[in-house]
Amino acid sequence: MASHNESIIREPLITGENITYAKVTEDILRPVENMPNRAWWIGFTLASLGMMLWVFAVSWTFWFGIGEWGLNKTVGWAWDITGFVWWVGIGHAGTLISAILLLFRQNWRNSINRSAEAMTIFAVICAATYVVSHMGRPWLAYWPLPLPNQFGSLWVNFNSPLVWDVFAISTYFSVSLVFWYTGLLPDLATIRDRATGIRRRIYSVCSFGWTGSVKTWQRFETVSLILAGVSTPLVLSVHTIVSMDFATSLEPGWHTTIFPPYFVAGAIFSGFAMVQTLLLVTRKVLGLENYITMFHIESMNKIILLTGSIVGVAYLTEFFIAYYSGGEYEQYTFLNRFTGPFWWAGCLMYGNNVLMTQLMWFKSVRTNIFISWVLSIVVNIGMWYERFVIIVISLHRDFLPSSWAMFHPTWVDFSVFVGSIGLFFTLFLLFIRVFPSIAIAEVKLLLKSSSEQAKKELLKEGHQEPEQAEFYKQSLNKFDSVTLSEYEKL
Amino acid sequence: MSSTKFILGLFDDPDVMMHGIDKLQKNSIPIYDVYTPMPIHGIDEKLGLKPSRLGYAAFMFGCLGGTTIFCIIYYMLVHDWPMNIGGKPAFTIPNFIPATFEWTVLFTAFGMTITFFYATHLFPGRTPRVMDLRATDDRFVIAIDAKGNIPHEDITNVLKEAGAIEIKHNDRKYVSYE
Repeated sequence: MASHNESIIREPLITGENITYAKVTEDILRPVENMPNRAWWIGFTLASLGMMLWVFAVSWTFWFGIGEWGLNKTVGWAWDITGFVWWVGIGHAGTLISAILLLFRQNWRNSINRSAEAMTIFAVICAATYVVSHMGRPWLAYWPLPLPNQFGSLWVNFNSPLVWDVFAISTYFSVSLVFWYTGLLPDLATIRDRATGIRRRIYSVCSFGWTGSVKTWQRFETVSLILAGVSTPLVLSVHTIVSMDFATSLEPGWHTTIFPPYFVAGAIFSGFAMVQTLLLVTRKVLGLENYITMFHIESMNKIILLTGSIVGVAYLTEFFIAYYSGGEYEQYTFLNRFTGPFWWAGCLMYGNNVLMTQLMWFKSVRTNIFISWVLSIVVNIGMWYERFVIIVISLHRDFLPSSWAMFHPTWVDFSVFVGSIGLFFTLFLLFIRVFPSIAIAEVKLLLKSSSEQAKKELLKEGHQEPEQAEFYKQSLNKFDSVTLSEYEKL
Repeated sequence: MSSTKFILGLFDDPDVMMHGIDKLQKNSIPIYDVYTPMPIHGIDEKLGLKPSRLGYAAFMFGCLGGTTIFCIIYYMLVHDWPMNIGGKPAFTIPNFIPATFEWTVLFTAFGMTITFFYATHLFPGRTPRVMDLRATDDRFVIAIDAKGNIPHEDITNVLKEAGAIEIKHNDRKYVSYE
């Protein structure tokens, strides 16, 4: 029930004075119900310029073919698949937050799940466009589907991880979309019931006639729980299958049984970094500091630290197995990451992902907004280089030295990549403009139990253990949205 | 005969509303429905609603999805056009698992959600049947069908005693129809 008193030692999930249900609605819908501020317009202009660059570069690729990219006979996959895996990985945090943290009853997910799920969808869109454009002849993109055809009825090969990937990515995208939109319905109804005129009509269509009756909520909760239950193995399967695109080959550096867990951990790692990058800016620009608090930031940093360390262990395992296997091609590939012509990419990968993340062991780093933001960018860069290192460094020097080659990106490679970031941000900025960026109904659930004001009431009542009360007050020091002076009297 | 169709008790606190439900039930006043801005656990039990059966639907859709794609793969790769891949058998079950798993999840998610929308009458463009516009914002609304023998004043008094901050006598069932 809503009034369940939570243990005092748990940190508050909603801060601020006089937060009522109405104020939650008001605060979260402010960007939706008012004209956007200057920061939004600047961001949107830049992002849509990037998106236009993307449209141009992808059209260029479609018109002239992928010969316009820097690929050659030796390096047949480069920035395209790097970008694809990077974007799919970024998508994984959204499902982790919305599904896995729901199953674990982590209430702090309630205020970040909506925007993280939106990120998932936009990131998978970016990833899917890479897959389609790297096919070279995108008008034949339906060929991986098991459709009846006239090629002697030669079906697609279900033994191939590339076909599994078609199934995994398309299922992942559509299930994430359903999960996200079903969760949006109650909040769209909130906007509808406050709006007038044409806005009311639009949100009325979008909210499917939601009323919030008992039976609707009961079914809604069942649907959320089961969707979370099926999305959890789904998200693990998606990056497992992406890793099998590589792991089932015979290429040194790819042919590795550790790839599935290593890729899944890396995906969650990079995804949380992107969530952090976006939310640290969003909470400031939209004034949501009371809902996305320092506790949320620190929790996300802890997950970045955990998954970053798992990735670090995977890296070490790879090196050890390359040495221990005695396979000279394998050994060369891993030495080549530091001694070859792409040594700098190897250093960026290992340095950014493993060494920089270890700074998160320090609480002062985890709770510093600026450093957290910089580190999240560092992780984004590091994880892009991880895919680049795995794909390009492995390919450019493998079995036959006579086939060795270098990879040099062209302006089209650059433009498609920079443009896809523009596309992602354009979609994200449009999202925070028209949809509530925080799940209103789910945040309201926390108001009576986990908010700072509820805990303050508990302290005022004075039945708490003194050590626990002291512990709680100490934990508030790190929050940037709490007025500490009032706690001295308590 | 009054023209009141529905009596609404508006509460600003979910726990007070829960006591309100108890109080109404103690006075044998039948509750039509309760509208809340967020899911409140326990109302469904109080109102005697059966647990949702969507879980069974989800399970069956999942079985259907897995069976469908497995049959498709079997037909394509084993029955219709078995390929000779290094002399290995055509019926390679482990390789069929990823696609089978994906469609199990796909059918579960879509089948269950569509069943939910169908059963709850939710679809794009449906006219929202809202009794009070603040029920999606900050009011917890108990709706009582005014038809019946209980005097309306008694219902109003019970709601007032239970702590309702506002009591409405609506002449129309839904306020949202334009």
